[in-house]
Amino acid sequence: MKRIAIGIAILLLAAVPLWVGGSFYVNIVSQVLIAAIFALGLDILVGYGGLISLGHAGLFGVAAYTVAVMLGAGFGHVAAIVAAIALTLAATAVFGVLALRTTGIGFIMITLALGQLLWGLAYRWIDLTHGDNGLSGNSRPAPFGISLDPTNHFYYATLIVFLLVIAAVALLTGSPFGASLRGTRDQPRRMAALGFDVWKIRFLACLFSGFCSGIAGILFFYYNEFISPHALALSASAEVLLMVIAGGSATLLGPIAGATLVVVMKSVMSAYIERWNFTLGAIFVLIVLFMPEGLVPGSRRLSRWLWATLKALRGGTATPAESQR
Amino acid sequence: MNLWLLLTVNSITLGGLLFLLSAGFSLIFGLMRIPNLTHGSFFMLGAYFGASLGMWFGVEFWLAAIIAAVLVAALGGVMERFVLRRLAGQEQAQVLVTLGISFMIADLCLMEWSGDPITVEAPPALEGATHVGALIFPTYRLAIILLALAIAVALWALIDGTTLGAKIRAGVDDPQMARICGIRVSRLFTIVFCLGAGLAGFAGMIGSPILSIYPGLDTDMLPLALVVVILGGTGSLIGSLLGSFVVGFLYNFGQALLPELAYFVLFLPMVIILVWRPQGLFGRRAP
Repeated sequence: MKRIAIGIAILLLAAVPLWVGGSFYVNIVSQVLIAAIFALGLDILVGYGGLISLGHAGLFGVAAYTVAVMLGAGFGHVAAIVAAIALTLAATAVFGVLALRTTGIGFIMITLALGQLLWGLAYRWIDLTHGDNGLSGNSRPAPFGISLDPTNHFYYATLIVFLLVIAAVALLTGSPFGASLRGTRDQPRRMAALGFDVWKIRFLACLFSGFCSGIAGILFFYYNEFISPHALALSASAEVLLMVIAGGSATLLGPIAGATLVVVMKSVMSAYIERWNFTLGAIFVLIVLFMPEGLVPGSRRLSRWLWATLKALRGGTATPAESQR
Repeated sequence: MNLWLLLTVNSITLGGLLFLLSAGFSLIFGLMRIPNLTHGSFFMLGAYFGASLGMWFGVEFWLAAIIAAVLVAALGGVMERFVLRRLAGQEQAQVLVTLGISFMIADLCLMEWSGDPITVEAPPALEGATHVGALIFPTYRLAIILLALAIAVALWALIDGTTLGAKIRAGVDDPQMARICGIRVSRLFTIVFCLGAGLAGFAGMIGSPILSIYPGLDTDMLPLALVVVILGGTGSLIGSLLGSFVVGFLYNFGQALLPELAYFVLFLPMVIILVWRPQGLFGRRAP
């Protein structure tokens, strides 16, 4: 059942250029996938590790700016991408070493400060980043001789990366490492008493989330062929965090649902609803009030409840209250 | 007037405004453990309310500032009572809901007051400059500094010298024990949240002749308030006061001397403090 669902989902995604009609919508799906990669990585830290970061847009930006600067300096795509991943991992390691001295609200504050620091550099280090004007690129890479300039080609490249990332996340969260990460979230002291190195587990989770942010940053730069400090701002960090929490943290589908919600609201609904920012804020508040666990687990609970109610109405024995457990 | 003196006066003025903004943030954070990311919006809202009272009804500056503060405090009270109350102890939900509300406020302000910046005139009595010996100071900035200091003293007297203040301190130190002793901590939450929101709104209005009012003022001020609270430590008034002036100086001198690295200069000390003393200079370690 689950395998069939996954197969259908992959087929549907692969066929996106055929059924959504128009490169505008294909581009939006590409944007959703990039945001989902970013959110999935953050979910490892926020959902499974219980560490809320408000600075990941900074890491995203490090990757995007590295590619932009390297390409500007005349390096090839491979060198630019490798350097971007290496630098992002290095920046994430610094993030981790500094921020993991605390947890909870302290962790939020330190990541926020570090994110703002990177934003400040991007905004003001004009020699390197051209400040508010941003940096633009002029070419996309061409792996195996296939140019990624056409919309559909870029979409497929993004889709492949997305599937790799989601597979990695699924493997990671299902592995003993994932279990120990959840352990450090729920019972850090017991985990330490059992002989686990809590700090190391959290640090590795941080590195993985930074790696995903870097991948998303690189794709983001190639998608727009432009990067400006806005992508690193506090509001960007907040947005990706909102994707994770609104969709449902510590689930595989939650961050994807959250990314879809935010990107679709931003790029599609903004054409129809003038006050989309207000609507987005209102949606977040409503989610917290009525589905505090996030959209995906929330709708699962709701559908289970509906099923049970239907069964009970037909004269079955299960009552809604029992089957909720 | 030479550059250094001007920078110093500007730094102290900004420090005074930041104190009004961050004192409430810090108390809310210390007492309720809520990272109130709407606090920048309260600041902006106070400024818009006050300016509109002046523009539409011709209300005099100081009265407008007080009415704006009361309005923002009422809004904060509603938010605390009906939304945040239900989310005690859920960090993720608190972050989501306070950010969501700040999105909504920002968009509503954009709708009502458009994207054009609004400049507010300082009250006529305080325009011009004041001579102190051989030195000349802008009068309105001096007034802000004095006002901020007066409010700091009043807050300190409230927290340190009254029964209400003693209850708040008890709530910050150990909410459960305070409840056992018969203190209604939940009512303290509402009082402190209203007070914090009102102070932020007041700061927004009296800061408007200097900063002007524009969309994005909220996200400009919020990180500064966070830096102050992190430097000074949460739940500590003296920490907020010191942190505000440090940030005021770092911000103004950073902008003037190292424009390329201005934000680096602002946020680096915060990172260093956090690493060295995660609870802030005057904060106490969380229980």
